[in-house]
Amino acid sequence: MSINNPLTKNIEEGRAPFTFKEYKAAGGYQSFTNAVKMSPRDVMGQVKDSGLGGRGGAGFNTGLKWSFSPDPDGLPRYLVINADEMEPGTFKDRLLMESDPHLLIEGMITASYAIQASTGYIFLRGEYTVAEENLLKAIAEAYDNGMLGKNIQGSDYSLDIYLHTSAGRYICGEETALINALEGKRANPRFKPPFPQVSGLWGRPTLVNNVETICNIPGILTHGVEWFKGLGLGDECGTRISGVSGRVKNPGCWEMPVGTTFRTLLEDYAGGMQDGYEMKAFLPGGGSTDFLTSDHLDLPMIPGDVAKAGSRLGTSLIMILDDKTCPIGTVRNLIKFFAHESCGWCTPCRDGLPWVEHILNKMEEGEGEEKDIGVLKEMCGYMGPGNTFCALAPGAAEPLQSSLKYFMDEYESHIKHGCNYK
Amino acid sequence: MSNIIASTAPKARQLTEAEIHEIEHEKTHYPYAQAVGLEALKIVQKYQGWVSDESLLAVSEYLDIPPDDLEGVATFFNMIFRRPVGKNVILLCDSVACWMLGCDDLKAHITSELGIDYGETTDDDMFTLIPVPCLGDCDKAPSMMVGRELYRSLTNEKIDQVIADYKAKA
Repeated sequence: MSINNPLTKNIEEGRAPFTFKEYKAAGGYQSFTNAVKMSPRDVMGQVKDSGLGGRGGAGFNTGLKWSFSPDPDGLPRYLVINADEMEPGTFKDRLLMESDPHLLIEGMITASYAIQASTGYIFLRGEYTVAEENLLKAIAEAYDNGMLGKNIQGSDYSLDIYLHTSAGRYICGEETALINALEGKRANPRFKPPFPQVSGLWGRPTLVNNVETICNIPGILTHGVEWFKGLGLGDECGTRISGVSGRVKNPGCWEMPVGTTFRTLLEDYAGGMQDGYEMKAFLPGGGSTDFLTSDHLDLPMIPGDVAKAGSRLGTSLIMILDDKTCPIGTVRNLIKFFAHESCGWCTPCRDGLPWVEHILNKMEEGEGEEKDIGVLKEMCGYMGPGNTFCALAPGAAEPLQSSLKYFMDEYESHIKHGCNYK
Repeated sequence: MSNIIASTAPKARQLTEAEIHEIEHEKTHYPYAQAVGLEALKIVQKYQGWVSDESLLAVSEYLDIPPDDLEGVATFFNMIFRRPVGKNVILLCDSVACWMLGCDDLKAHITSELGIDYGETTDDDMFTLIPVPCLGDCDKAPSMMVGRELYRSLTNEKIDQVIADYKAKA
């Protein structure tokens, strides 16, 4: 099989996304034809065997997540696409939805068949206006061509897909908060268990998957599990979209085999640092991941390996902190984001983040005190895992705690002399 | 009591035909009307520019959602404006990638050019400036949106051009 970039094979910069006809001519919509010949459980099994992990940040085995759905009972069940891409530094789902919307729609149809969903929703962030227009066009074309609606391609499977555009709130990326938002409520997270697979949207079984995760489904069900496994490096399966932002020569995102190293991404794809700038550290996968340093560049971009180094792969879009940018200011910017986006539901997040922001503001203004370091360390624990309702505050604590690990000299110098990057 | 003072509390206005048409379309996507709350607020905002008390009450009545619940949704989301905004809302991304590449300087430039700080509207009601969390355009940072349009790889000169274009269109 020659296709080694199944996620981006139809994407060409500057060209309009494929229409239904063009997409089909390029081999699209084959996965449903293959899937419908199998039982839904078998399709689930294939996805599980493929080793596909969630691309939204958590990295959990997708087929395994699906397999927690109870057997169909004839009542509605839902597939929800998390397209609320708001993790700072993350811009991969934008590319997929703007440039090849039919790939997501095909993935949704095949995934919905596997979990026997009756309705699919795309929960799109409202600011992605081009993605909104392109997805609406693709959905309409899919209906016109019998890929959506009643008895798809003459099978006894029927599915409706609707686009929901949100209005900007990071917490909607948390799957239970997203479900509340989709129901028309404030997007506070829900208590788990029950997990959405069992009781989600309107109390019905619901699977929430990231855009890129679902964009992998057509390939797996078209070319097979072995092909998918062969795409990765070593024991890794598939491809994923990784990217770089910051002061590099060629910022962007690209599809690459799972298992590619950070160094390959930074040097071969992004062209290395801009002249006059050196890398001080990097965030491996969004604002809610721990900083890593140049010592970690040879790590493969695999969740387990990055976890061993003390961070998370997250969304796999790395942000470079250069030597001319204040690390404390960078952490302050991230904390400001998280403080603003906290839903306010639980105390460590609602009160802890503004407190940290206040301390970091003081440091940037040269008013930091020695005792602040202790408070920041304490806050990392207070906002850490186990003390909060969802993962927002623990995620926000990650760049903070790792900055205390790697940039203590910067904190000390800020306390003594204020910020000398300005 | 003979001299009861008439209530000055806001009352629901009549939704327009266009608003009702779009809200009805959205209703076909969900099994419960409450789910349409946010979409309905966005529809109203599209036509009115913002969501006034009268608009909020109108949506509340139309979809049979308690006004407090709907207000809870309206105030939760960044992009629902419960105060009047200018004709063009400038959403300047101030998250990490844009910050590293100088969005603070761009903000200072916009403020000096238009005379408005975050949350403010120009005297001629042409522009409102609001910071927006990460626009997901980090490889083309710094970025901003004006209404539904995205502008990327910004410099002060590019911003001047964008502002001039919107002024020319008015």
